[in-house]
Amino acid sequence: MRGKPLVAVVSAGISKFGRMDAYTGRDLFLEAVDETFNRCPNLDPKMDIDAVFVGMMSEAFEHQGHVAPMLSHSAGLLSAPAIRTEVACASSAAALRLGIFSILSGMYDVVLVGGVEKMTKRTTPEATEFLGMAADFPFEQWTGVTFPGLYALMAMAHMHKYGTSEEQMGLVAVKNHHNGALNPKAHLQREVTLDKVLSSRMIAYPLKLYDCSLISDGASCAIITRPDIARKFTDTPVYIIGSGHGSDALGLFERDDLTSLMATRRAAKEAYEMAGIEPKDVDVAEVHDCFTIAEIMAYEDLGFCKPGEGGRFIEDGTPMLDGELPVNTSGGLKAKGHPVGATGIAQIYEIFLQLTGQADKRQVDGCRIGLAHNVGGSGASCFVHILRGEM
Amino acid sequence: MAVRCRNCGAKYLPPKPVCTNCYSRRLEWISLKPTGRLITYTIIHVAPERFQQFVPYAYGIVEFEDGLRLPGMIRDIDHGEIQIGMELELSFEPAVEDWPKWPRYYFRPVKH
Repeated sequence: MRGKPLVAVVSAGISKFGRMDAYTGRDLFLEAVDETFNRCPNLDPKMDIDAVFVGMMSEAFEHQGHVAPMLSHSAGLLSAPAIRTEVACASSAAALRLGIFSILSGMYDVVLVGGVEKMTKRTTPEATEFLGMAADFPFEQWTGVTFPGLYALMAMAHMHKYGTSEEQMGLVAVKNHHNGALNPKAHLQREVTLDKVLSSRMIAYPLKLYDCSLISDGASCAIITRPDIARKFTDTPVYIIGSGHGSDALGLFERDDLTSLMATRRAAKEAYEMAGIEPKDVDVAEVHDCFTIAEIMAYEDLGFCKPGEGGRFIEDGTPMLDGELPVNTSGGLKAKGHPVGATGIAQIYEIFLQLTGQADKRQVDGCRIGLAHNVGGSGASCFVHILRGEM
Repeated sequence: MAVRCRNCGAKYLPPKPVCTNCYSRRLEWISLKPTGRLITYTIIHVAPERFQQFVPYAYGIVEFEDGLRLPGMIRDIDHGEIQIGMELELSFEPAVEDWPKWPRYYFRPVKH
């Protein structure tokens, strides 16, 4: 099993991310599906797609449940059976994992996986409340905590235990805005200075506005196939060689360690072992930077550095676009945007572009192994996928 | 109040019907000393509608005996005086209209 391709990714696409006033969720999904098929003319949308797995977090944003057949129908894929997956902000990584299972089982050969969230029609307090539903109802939501609040509790614990600083967290935002400025699909395509990050308004101390990811609209899509038939569709398939999934207690307060996510450590261990690689073999990574502290914790939990050294890891420049291990070349959730249900597959899209040499100004030269890390809620769910290109 | 597993001795707060350590369902009620140590905190400035009237408010996780923890608001204290490691006590206020049925609780400094 080690290093053996589980499935091939033969194409991928995302909609423009941002405040997309004229677009509903289904419009955005169609945009992502269109790019996916346009990139892969050998695929026949009517004949080739055996099934659709699509991630979305909340019915509340658009007052629309039962979205899988609706999205599939809206994208012209009515002939394929469709299922929606939900594990908060990791909903579409879950769709990918189920898609992988469905192919490994022998049931399907070609599967469309995707994700969508249309968030900006709602006010910020409304969006905060809907997103907050992914936290424990009696003990977190109803005692007044928010998602920035939960990650602020982790940030304070990390600062207290390891001496991590607000400046180090701020550098994550500066890096991801730099990368986002090079991504035409990103929600915010502009650089920020460390001063601007540090002087932005407080959301949940010590996290400021620029420590937080964006409330965005967007959709994502990818086509996965049995590895042995991938070349029927493209000359440059990318292979998924590791898939890991970890779960943990829903309530942050019910977990032993507030400075690390056990779900990430479990998912990473499973994915690395399956892929037969070590953290040092990763050439490019998309990690779940819903808040800047989350990216610092991801460096540690994914084994890119030791526990407690995440702050120094960014200070040393290792995860910069021209560093040794570029992280969030897309701009991440921070600058590309975080339409929560779309995020997991949007990360796969960026890694697909990188490993096929199509990432334009963000291209990491000579990358062969990519990693995508998608977290649900405050860390009760995590998925890690490892991809290998042929370059 | 918390629960203790009569089979393996593991304790849970909030109380649970099943032990995640040994899967036993034989759990019994135990009472806890209502003071604990603040292990992390934040000051929340942007909140859902329901809590907007309180902003900015302090919120933290308090660890009681045996490592049992609860999250909640910290009140009756100047935000500048909050420190990780400080002792706080659990306090209750009556449930109000349009609020869940369980009692509302919060943390406040221990009065010596």
